[in-house]
Amino acid sequence: MSPSCGGIDVFIGTVRDATKGKQVLRLEFEAYEKMAVSEMQKLADRAMQQWPVQKVVIHHRTGVLQVGEVPVVIAVAAAHRDAAFEACRFLIDTLKQTVPIWKKEVFEDGEVWVSATP
Amino acid sequence: MTVTILAFGIAKDIFGASSIDIELPADALASDLKLLLEDKYPRLKQIRSYLLAVNNEYANDDLVLDSRDEIAVIPPVSGG
Repeated sequence: MSPSCGGIDVFIGTVRDATKGKQVLRLEFEAYEKMAVSEMQKLADRAMQQWPVQKVVIHHRTGVLQVGEVPVVIAVAAAHRDAAFEACRFLIDTLKQTVPIWKKEVFEDGEVWVSATP
Repeated sequence: MTVTILAFGIAKDIFGASSIDIELPADALASDLKLLLEDKYPRLKQIRSYLLAVNNEYANDDLVLDSRDEIAVIPPVSGG
């Protein structure tokens, strides 16, 4: 937080209880930690180059998460809200595409690595 | 040369291990390693896509590999 910021935009990802109508019991996250941290740093750098934002925080958990728990938090502080909203959206969208973190959905009758198979 | 390949997500299930050792000719390219892995583990071809990371950076197919590289198979990511 900086005195020249007029707002902080925060995205909090939570574990949903269903996917495509099927009940999810829990999620299990795994990361290639060293690379995940460096990819997240790259995203933060890109956001700060692309928008007039002053502070960026990206936090992601690993391990077993129950429904309602928080796997990811992104916070962006900027002088004006447009930049904060846009950068925050870019960060979560791009994190989901490039950061080496994987999520397994566990159902009553089995489990699946999300997005892994066509 | 022998290279160690780290595996995550579904790739770990396919290899049955979180890392495997693979014998490669000197100056092998990333694409050579992919072909070898797909030959040895055909289920790799059934996943949506995968990339190689070399020393914590996504690698192009024409990257020349070295035995000291840290190499990882990166199946489709699904964080967030």
